[in-house]
Amino acid sequence: MQQDHIRNFCIIAHIDHGKSTLADRIIEKTGLLTEREMQEQVLDNMDLERERGITIKSQAVRTVYHAKNGEEYIFNLIDTPGHVDFNYEVSRALAACDGAILVVDSAQGIEAQTLANVYLALDHELDVFPVINKIDLPSAEPDRVAQEIEDVIGIEAMDAPRISAKNGIGIEDVLEDIVTKVPAPTGDSSAPLKALIFDSLYDPYRGVIVFMRVMDGTVKKGDKIRFMATGCEDEVVEVGYFGAGRFIPCDCLEAGMVGYLTASIKDLKETRVGDTVTNAVNPCAEALPGYRKVNSMVYCGIYPADSARYPDLRDALEKLQLNDASLTFEPETSAALGFGFRCGFLGLLHLDIIQERLEREYDLDLVTTAPGVVYKVFKTDGTEMDLTNPANLPDPSEIEHMEEPIVSAEIMVNTEYLGAIIGLCQERRGIQTGMDYIETTRVLLKYDLPLNEIIYDFFDALKSRSRGYASFDYEMKGYQTSQLVKLDILINKEYVDALSFIVFKDSAYERGRKMCEKLKDEIPRHLFEIPIQAAVSGKVIARETVRAVRKDVLAKCYGGDISRKKKLLEKQKEGKKKMRSIGTVEVPKEAFLSVLKLDSDN
Amino acid sequence: MSKSPLSIYVHIPFCVKKCSYCDFMSFASTPEEMERYRDALLREISEAEGSAQYEVQTVYIGGGTPSWVSPCLLAEILDALRIKYEFAPDAEISMEMNPGTLKDGALEIYRSAGINRISIGCQSLDDEELKVLGRIHTSEEFMTTFKAVRDAGFDNINVDLMSSIPGQTAEKFRRSLEGVLELSPEHISVYSLIIEPGTPFYTLYEKGELDLPSEDMVLETDRMVRRVVAEKGYKRYEISNYAREGYECRHNLVYWQHGDYRGFGPGAASLMGRHRFTNTRDYVEYMKAPGGEKEEDFTLTLREAMEEFMFLGLRTCAGVSEEKFRLKFGKEITEEFGDVIKDQVNKGLLVHENSHFYYTEAGMDVSNVLMSEFLE
Repeated sequence: MQQDHIRNFCIIAHIDHGKSTLADRIIEKTGLLTEREMQEQVLDNMDLERERGITIKSQAVRTVYHAKNGEEYIFNLIDTPGHVDFNYEVSRALAACDGAILVVDSAQGIEAQTLANVYLALDHELDVFPVINKIDLPSAEPDRVAQEIEDVIGIEAMDAPRISAKNGIGIEDVLEDIVTKVPAPTGDSSAPLKALIFDSLYDPYRGVIVFMRVMDGTVKKGDKIRFMATGCEDEVVEVGYFGAGRFIPCDCLEAGMVGYLTASIKDLKETRVGDTVTNAVNPCAEALPGYRKVNSMVYCGIYPADSARYPDLRDALEKLQLNDASLTFEPETSAALGFGFRCGFLGLLHLDIIQERLEREYDLDLVTTAPGVVYKVFKTDGTEMDLTNPANLPDPSEIEHMEEPIVSAEIMVNTEYLGAIIGLCQERRGIQTGMDYIETTRVLLKYDLPLNEIIYDFFDALKSRSRGYASFDYEMKGYQTSQLVKLDILINKEYVDALSFIVFKDSAYERGRKMCEKLKDEIPRHLFEIPIQAAVSGKVIARETVRAVRKDVLAKCYGGDISRKKKLLEKQKEGKKKMRSIGTVEVPKEAFLSVLKLDSDN
Repeated sequence: MSKSPLSIYVHIPFCVKKCSYCDFMSFASTPEEMERYRDALLREISEAEGSAQYEVQTVYIGGGTPSWVSPCLLAEILDALRIKYEFAPDAEISMEMNPGTLKDGALEIYRSAGINRISIGCQSLDDEELKVLGRIHTSEEFMTTFKAVRDAGFDNINVDLMSSIPGQTAEKFRRSLEGVLELSPEHISVYSLIIEPGTPFYTLYEKGELDLPSEDMVLETDRMVRRVVAEKGYKRYEISNYAREGYECRHNLVYWQHGDYRGFGPGAASLMGRHRFTNTRDYVEYMKAPGGEKEEDFTLTLREAMEEFMFLGLRTCAGVSEEKFRLKFGKEITEEFGDVIKDQVNKGLLVHENSHFYYTEAGMDVSNVLMSEFLE
């Protein structure tokens, strides 16, 4: 197939604007699949993703389109994760494309994430063309939204296809636009191999399957290849392209094509997203730009609720890591929780997904500690350390200063809720860097915010204070000096390492107080009184007390129905089994996440 | 060979009207239906296996409201039991009675049928509280019933009282208690109201519309009961039960000592050795095959039997006897429950004295927590 009959593109959209549905329709209409083969959402093939309505791992699909001009075109549709946690992966997927379809909901218009994704696409010099979706909704305003796209993004939108992906309206127009508006690739098939990895997957039988876009050159079975960043070399076992949901081997992949290769690679770490694949015998001069090693942004401790299952947890994490190189973990020990792992994630959503998969796919009952960000600690002896576990914070006398990660955030909000959202950002120590009116009723707010202020419940707070109307996107900006302290929690006078967290100095009292209140509610009453204290540098700053049980007795006659009496006692006993002992106090596992819920009552 | 002791429970599932807190198996009915029910009971009794090896020590006719059905019907049931089982000459034969349901001439029939202990469901002497509970009687009707029972010659009477009634204060409860004590019953049971799923109270409770006494008030009430009752010469012998010397309810003691008992009627539970079985609670099912359909039917493991022996025995003030445990299970209590016992003794909640383990008053107050620790 000639390069001018290939179209490599992706679909970008705000969450819920209909990206996956449009992808389904494109696959359907291009006829690669019969209707019977169609899963509801072909690109999202993990259960978890479907339930959450988001795509975690990017994938690609190759379809064949018979255009109105009578020609046959190959469409390579590359799917991109829709969440800020996976920003780097999105950027690599975009780099593998030549054009992008921008899907905008005709009722909701442009959202913060839409903008972020469009800018990302434009940064990668993609030709972006808009599609206005959900025109069948009663509240649809396609003309207003088209105008908004032109005004805000500055791309032509008046003749954008008006479609309903859900009901299959206007899909033909989109397909024709792909042919006419997405440029054909322009690589040199005779040059040395230069291919971009935009995703990879571990398969227990074939090893790592590398998803890539061939920029220049050709790759075929038997070729010796090199991964330029990691330096690993392997021999190609198979190349091919992606049918919907399956791999279809072919003889070779040439410049301009999107496909996969396998090379009996055992470790996903060898094939990092963004790396360049070249021929080991005839390498290209330099790697493709844009590669970087992905760093974990959020850390937390994950422990098995039943300490006997520590080996199972380790196995499960290892298996998940095979398919997710951005998950990191290392063993750690907590006095309160025993043996577990300190795990690193791209963000909170990533953390949530991993936690759910561990519980669901590996049937593990977990105790998770409060997530935290990576702080930089500069010590008086001139050394510097990355702090991922609050328990490892050196003595304050050894600390020269500390820095915390800062993000640049963009928040799109209706003017109605502007005050509330500005208030929220101020509470979270945000510094406003911009405020642009997109329309008379919509504002794009720009803030620099400490990451540790947004990882907990910022998104929920944003949604509740704007009645769901605000949208939000952010990217890492860098580190900044900050006054930070470690807040410790003592339960029944016993220090609980797993409950410590790092907090901005001026917020310590407030958070300590709330933390004690929350724990008071979470910890069941015992036969004795339990003091709960929050302390900074050994000084108690807040205290609550869990009252002792004074009366708990079954003073009712069930006659000879002993089974019933016993059930009551068993229930009591069961409740206790699910808890962790801190000294003589039984603490439910939910308590270890109390810090996440401190603002939920607001 | 001497016969083993057995206790018998007979369930009468009929009530004039269901109380707001009750989740026992009961409903209103007609005299004809009651007769059909008697026939079903008689069938279950006649088909019971292994009756020859037992001597009946106690019978308890509970409900429901046994005093609402024709007294002759109860007499017929007792006759059937006597045909089937050998009765000890001094067998304790109790029945439950609710004020306002007593039939003319009934007390004489009860006496002649051998019933020698009457348990009256008073619950409260405060008419407001009785209304809240959905009882069909007033305090005055209770007084009348009690006096009639006494006058008929019954010398072993229990009165049930209820604490933790919505709106109840320690003072109000004290008035009910003192009113009952003036009648000088031989036995008093004080049960606290428990909100059970499926009852009208549960619905109100879910909606937050039940004004239940606080934990502190319940505790205060409890202590007041112990004091007042003790002053009048009653002894607490179980969590909720007080009696004059020699008038402890022998039937209930069998439950708490893990003795053998056989239940007849829908929802009635039996324990024979380690074999536990409970009839279906479904009245219609029961009527189709009396005693045929079981809600549960299994044999307790040795460990389960030991656990039950402990948590039931510890309900009584005398506690569990090391000797009895040894005889029953061929093991020492401390061998099986050493850690729990040590912990509770150390906390001062459990006492080890004269080869018995028993809870202190403070231990009794939180006995659910403590007993649950005996479970595996």
